[in-house]
Amino acid sequence: MAHVAFTPHLSRYFPDLRAADVEADTVAGLVAELERAHPGLASYLVDERGRLRQHVNVFVDGHAVRDRERLLDALGRGSQVYVVQALSGG
Amino acid sequence: MAKKDGPRLLLGTRKGVFTFTRRKKGWKLASHAQAGNPIPYVFHDARTGSTWCSIDHGHWGQKLARSRDHGATFESVEEPKYPVDAEIKPGKPAILRYLWCLAPGHASEPDTLYVGTEPGALFATRDDGRSFELVEGLWNHPSRMEQWMGGGRDEPGIHSVLVDPRDARRMLVAISSAGVFETRDRGATWVPRNQGMESPYLPQPTPDVGHDPHCIQWCARKLDVIWQQNHCGIFRSTDGARTWKPVHEREKKGKRRLAFFGFPICADAEDPKTAWIVPADADQRRQAIDGALRVMRTEDGGKSWIDLRRGLPDERAYDVVYRHALDVRGDDVAFGSTTGNVYWSEDRGDSWRELGHNFPPVYCVRFAE
Repeated sequence: MAHVAFTPHLSRYFPDLRAADVEADTVAGLVAELERAHPGLASYLVDERGRLRQHVNVFVDGHAVRDRERLLDALGRGSQVYVVQALSGG
Repeated sequence: MAKKDGPRLLLGTRKGVFTFTRRKKGWKLASHAQAGNPIPYVFHDARTGSTWCSIDHGHWGQKLARSRDHGATFESVEEPKYPVDAEIKPGKPAILRYLWCLAPGHASEPDTLYVGTEPGALFATRDDGRSFELVEGLWNHPSRMEQWMGGGRDEPGIHSVLVDPRDARRMLVAISSAGVFETRDRGATWVPRNQGMESPYLPQPTPDVGHDPHCIQWCARKLDVIWQQNHCGIFRSTDGARTWKPVHEREKKGKRRLAFFGFPICADAEDPKTAWIVPADADQRRQAIDGALRVMRTEDGGKSWIDLRRGLPDERAYDVVYRHALDVRGDDVAFGSTTGNVYWSEDRGDSWRELGHNFPPVYCVRFAE
């Protein structure tokens, strides 16, 4: 069970999105669970191939996810996950 | 909420969708939706009453949205996806990079909508956006991997989609850079339609495939007449895209050539000899010619072009008008520029009035009922 929190910017598109406890062993599994709970959310975080989008980052226990291609970073019991995006441009 | 109360004007900009409604003395801003989001394309589908837009999120990817209230609010629609094994070239996966244009299907098929994308694909929904399928006949065209190039975008992209009102199975698309392609069997098979096109920058200037159309549009009353603003000039077909002839101004000593390079082109719905362009300084500079903003119109099939400047700035203008940012409906003409200036005309471009000067960069301008 990991605890996941989100950048508030995502709530514009998913008004019901709240920090939550999610049963998953990897970040990829977490994204799949999130998609089940919030259809469409995965496509905001990863592309068609499941790769993390360029300007999206996922932190697991304070560290940026290492495997941006397949998101196989392991989640431990009680892992704290934070989903953020890098705001840029104008 | 914007009421349906006569003609409307839609702007797709770097900072959202602006919807204007017609008033006696001009246009009134009715709504600003998707605030802050880049909108490559927006249009109103008169068949269904839906307003569609594509969204180019900086962070969250490419998205689609639909409005049932004339652009005031939008709901998300799941975007097209490339098959997991789709490749731009061997070893280079195809990932959705841009939803460049949206086009209504045939009037008899109101649930059909087409989407032109980068990297160069055409997607279709047959169920009003519940699902999209890749038009595989075009994606699998033998020319794609070898002969299609980036142009305007990093990878090849489809920016013009025309569905024949006489025959739902026939369509034309324009691809930058590959050229114009035609299907007569609803997308199963495609043939290049670039005969007569000339691209002097290519090692062999007249290939079947490899040209860079910027925009194509046909005359609604005479559909065999098709106009093409190309990277290498302006071309016109009078035989349904089978052959093209150049109709841009020729270079003459001592005279500045105006009607040549540009991005958008609009055909008059009734008169097959009338079309509008917004010329730009060709092609390395891409700014208003000599600092003066102008629209040009031909009324003789491209033999001559009328320089329309009344009401437009004649100095210190550097505006570029993108391929979807000029529109014509009846006598109304409107365009928006990358520097956030929007102008409109109610006399076919003879005179212009400003809609505003401080808009975000404008990517798309479309009239709507």
